[in-house]
Amino acid sequence: MTSKKITLAQAADALHLKVLCGSEKLTRGIGGGYTSDLLSDVIAHAKKDDIWITLQIHSNIVAVAVLKEIAGVIFVNGREPDDETVKKAQDEGIPLLTSTLTAYELSGKLYELGIHGQR
Amino acid sequence: MASQKDTFQQKFKIKGGDFIKAGESSCEIRNILKGIGIDAEIIRRVAIAAYEAEMNVVMYAQHGTIHFTVNPQEIGIIVEDRGQGIVDIERAMQPGYSTATEEMREMGFGAGMGLPNIKKNSDTFTITSKVGKGTKLEIVIKLNNTK
Ligand SMILES: Nc1ncnc2c1ncn2[C@@H]1O[C@H](COP(=O)(O)OP(=O)(O)O)[C@@H](O)[C@H]1O
Ligand SMILES: [Mg+2]
Repeated sequence: MTSKKITLAQAADALHLKVLCGSEKLTRGIGGGYTSDLLSDVIAHAKKDDIWITLQIHSNIVAVAVLKEIAGVIFVNGREPDDETVKKAQDEGIPLLTSTLTAYELSGKLYELGIHGQR
Repeated sequence: MASQKDTFQQKFKIKGGDFIKAGESSCEIRNILKGIGIDAEIIRRVAIAAYEAEMNVVMYAQHGTIHFTVNPQEIGIIVEDRGQGIVDIERAMQPGYSTATEEMREMGFGAGMGLPNIKKNSDTFTITSKVGKGTKLEIVIKLNNTK
């Protein structure tokens, strides 16, 4: 049995996430989630359509998200990247969102919404 | 060996220390492979290997090049840099070994998984290095078998 995938827009609504860019891409279904701040770990283990939860806000995360076909990146602890990173993500079609929650809390809440690791 | 006309090739330049542009060559390589309809699992492996190799040039060298080739049999990624080189390659290949600076670690680099992951995702992988001169990685990912 497959249930309908939750979208980023629904998750953003439910968890009061602030959308920094890519608002036109929020209807994309989320396949799963991956929480990590180590880029080698994310590049090796995140999956296509995953949502990526991290506190890294520098511009290299956009390249990683593009390479992994990540559905969107959610920054935790209220962190926000600089304008250059946001612009880069916008150009590459990667939604960036931010949450005031910690990585643990946000991951738990996303899991409760039905977004699982699917591993 | 494939004839010249069957071979697509492109060169990319990488600048050491440029963390803003870092990863762009790997993204372009991925786009090219997607554009010619290469299998998603193969692209996944190329993306991991290319990204890790590119980041190592950014982190540990002054500058470098990626020579990317595709022929009907295989994808080749040769990454050559001018930089500090590697004193002990066997040690550098160990998972978890890293000489990344504190600043790089704060950015999420320096897990010491780059070289092991390149090897894991390649069909053939060779690394040669001269201390004080530079490092060369030769990565081949075959198109006709999935690893
Ligand atoms: N191109 C390179 N030039 C010089 N040293 C390198 C290069 N690539 C890797 N190294 C050395 O090998 C170590 C391990 O590399 P890697 O497995 O990619 O892990 P990390 O980059 O996370 O440190 C690095 O910390 C560095 O000392
Ligand atoms: Mg590395």
